[in-house]
Amino acid sequence: MTDQATPKQEFKIIGRRVPRPDGIAKVTGEAAYGADIQVSGMLHARVLRSPHAHARIVSLDVSDALALKGVKAVVTSEDFERDLPAKFQDIADNCLARGKVLYDGHGIAAVAAVSKSIAKQALALIRVEYEVLRHVTDVDAAMLNDAPVLHVGRVQETVPAGYSQNVTNYIEFGHGDMDAGFAAADIVMERTYKTAAVHQGYIEPNACLATLAADGRGDLWVCTQGQYMVRENCCTILGLEVGKLRVTASEIGGGFGGKTTTFVEPIALALSRKAGRPVKLVLSREEVLKATGPTVSSSIDVKIGIMNDGRMTAGHATVRYQGGAFPCGTAKFGAQAAFGCYDLPAVRTEGFGVTTNRPKEAHYRAPGAPPAVYAVESLIDELCQELGLDPLDVRLTNAARKGTVATYGPTFNDIGLEAILKKVADHPHYSAPLEANQARGLACGFWFNFGGDTSVSLSINADGTASVVEGNPDIGGSRASISMMAAEELGIPYENVRTIIADTGSLGFNNVTDGSRVTFAVGLATIKAARAAKDEMCARAAKIWGIDNDAVEWVDGCAQPAGPNAGNYPPMALAEIAAVSSQTGGPIAGHHEVNVDGAGVGFGVHLADVEVDPETGATKVVRYTAFQDVGKAVHPDYVEGQMQGGAVQGIGWALNEEYVYGDDGKLQNAGFLDYRIPVASDLPFIATEILEIPNPGHPYGVRGVGETPIVPPLGAVSNAVSRAIGVRMRSLPMSPSKVLAALPED
Amino acid sequence: MVQVKLWGSLRNLADGEEFVEIEAQNFKQLLDALGEKYPAFRPELGRKVSMALDGEIYREAWFTPISPESEVVLMPFMEGG
Repeated sequence: MTDQATPKQEFKIIGRRVPRPDGIAKVTGEAAYGADIQVSGMLHARVLRSPHAHARIVSLDVSDALALKGVKAVVTSEDFERDLPAKFQDIADNCLARGKVLYDGHGIAAVAAVSKSIAKQALALIRVEYEVLRHVTDVDAAMLNDAPVLHVGRVQETVPAGYSQNVTNYIEFGHGDMDAGFAAADIVMERTYKTAAVHQGYIEPNACLATLAADGRGDLWVCTQGQYMVRENCCTILGLEVGKLRVTASEIGGGFGGKTTTFVEPIALALSRKAGRPVKLVLSREEVLKATGPTVSSSIDVKIGIMNDGRMTAGHATVRYQGGAFPCGTAKFGAQAAFGCYDLPAVRTEGFGVTTNRPKEAHYRAPGAPPAVYAVESLIDELCQELGLDPLDVRLTNAARKGTVATYGPTFNDIGLEAILKKVADHPHYSAPLEANQARGLACGFWFNFGGDTSVSLSINADGTASVVEGNPDIGGSRASISMMAAEELGIPYENVRTIIADTGSLGFNNVTDGSRVTFAVGLATIKAARAAKDEMCARAAKIWGIDNDAVEWVDGCAQPAGPNAGNYPPMALAEIAAVSSQTGGPIAGHHEVNVDGAGVGFGVHLADVEVDPETGATKVVRYTAFQDVGKAVHPDYVEGQMQGGAVQGIGWALNEEYVYGDDGKLQNAGFLDYRIPVASDLPFIATEILEIPNPGHPYGVRGVGETPIVPPLGAVSNAVSRAIGVRMRSLPMSPSKVLAALPED
Repeated sequence: MVQVKLWGSLRNLADGEEFVEIEAQNFKQLLDALGEKYPAFRPELGRKVSMALDGEIYREAWFTPISPESEVVLMPFMEGG
């Protein structure tokens, strides 16, 4: 459903920068994360992982490990259900390999023992005989007919003939006459771009504590973006009844999309079922980098036709995404997003999904959009240089507006891109002076956002406070935002509302915290739940006053007669009604369950100023501003934080971060010393400019925020570096060595 | 009758047609009728699809009403990170 009523415009609490409810617990160390829970009798688990990129498991003998004193259970893929639907079978096979190992670090077997050291000793006693197979880690190589094939029989019916079976899916979008579009152009330029796989880089490693009794009753404590998703995956993989497994989400030390699937939970539950004791499984950083995440790497062709005045006449993009060891559909999002910011008379985009001997891709903010948009924004910038045009003017000329037919099909309603670009034009950053070896890059970005299944329960307590129960882990400040929306709707202070995240047994189903959906969708459900509670409070006041329910209205936190004819009664505040709830009919609550639509698409524009050291090739970002239409900023601190975080992660993707594979197919940099994420000292203050163009699909005009800001930085930074060194860069990351190699000899 | 816009690779399964006409008054009827009229769509429909109705994207809302004058665009199922 969508809420098409005109969004509320006047607020008392929304838009304020109230204290975050989790702040004290997090800075004092009281907050309980995935690895923080200890229980009596708990065992420790370790996973044996493949040393090969691609190999057949000829034999697997765990008997010696099982015989080691202190070892209580060993599991392999034999302990999981078989012949599952592909989605679940792939997750199971990614946790523990079945028949073949498909990448360096692929899990093979797991041990639960009374101590970590015994578990580690036991791993060494597991005997695995491998038949090493040829491997492939590069997307273009994997598409060739002579490439080693990971899976047989997984090619979807849409894939054109002539490719390796590693190409598992293909999709195409577009409209208009491409030949006529390119024929109308003054210049047609075509280029190829590459982006590396990067990890979501969450600081907290994947961790869980599992208890599973022989009768199928279980409890799981886990750091995740979606406890209901974990429950579904684990129950399917282990053959459990959904109602018997309770999953509780811990505090989460970052997810960014990387914790929207399961890597460790079925293993821990299977070990617990065998051992009859609780099992804790915490991954090391090396395991996180080798066997969870990362995002796709890509190879992308873009062709654009443009007039001398900057009007684009046609665009064609082909994105080739490797998604690791199992089929991955992320290419469809790249193909849809590539030209999402532009109004093109003719456009065609194609997406190829390719399997390789790397860890299975996991979603990362706006999955698939950053590489495709980077490639398009890079070519537009190169065309601007070729034609001597201002890059902002060209974006404004071609910007998607209300009535534009999006490259992925629908006609846009009210969207904010043009307003953002005008804001950029007027912003001092766009005219700030640049120094030697510095240059400025600009890029636009687009993402869809969505709503999804959502349940919220809101209780009015006898002392006049309110409790909100929602089911989405708080990865970006949602508890504050949800409390603010409840307080706004009820007309009580923010401090009088506490929002908690429920376990799977305490609230109806909720989709994962992803798709920039929580503040939008959970917020909408919270407002509806609060309205239900208000209706009940009005009814209680009506009973007390002896008048009809519809003669009572809710104003500023009070029930009051709806007009002079309703009677002359003093308003009753929420606390007064709550205090007598037992006497007037019992506890007062509201709840709302819904599959929310109407999220509205998101647009952002980023400006990056960089300075490149011509002697070392090192790039320093010296000024950065992120602009975004957020609908309504419920809590501006968190909105700015999302914009800043997305920008920083995109800067890392552009400059430093990269999965480096050797010729042996092994990951060379599975640690944060060699896998270089940006830290505070690397960066300038990331300035933010929030535009608030209300989303008609939400009662308060809220729009998803969290994913869009990672889309523009790759292009913005690349365009800045390319302009700074006078050489167009077409491969990410732009590491110092790569920049140095690109610089002219003189 | 509603006019349904197909994405590019679906068009290849519908004799190259960008638009197909379907008798449907809601999303569920649309999906059922598409699968019936175009059996080649069934694998794609089975992988789940979204629908953009007058510019708003709906993921799985079967009973979303569709009027004959609505712009209806079939899209792959949306996911996020």
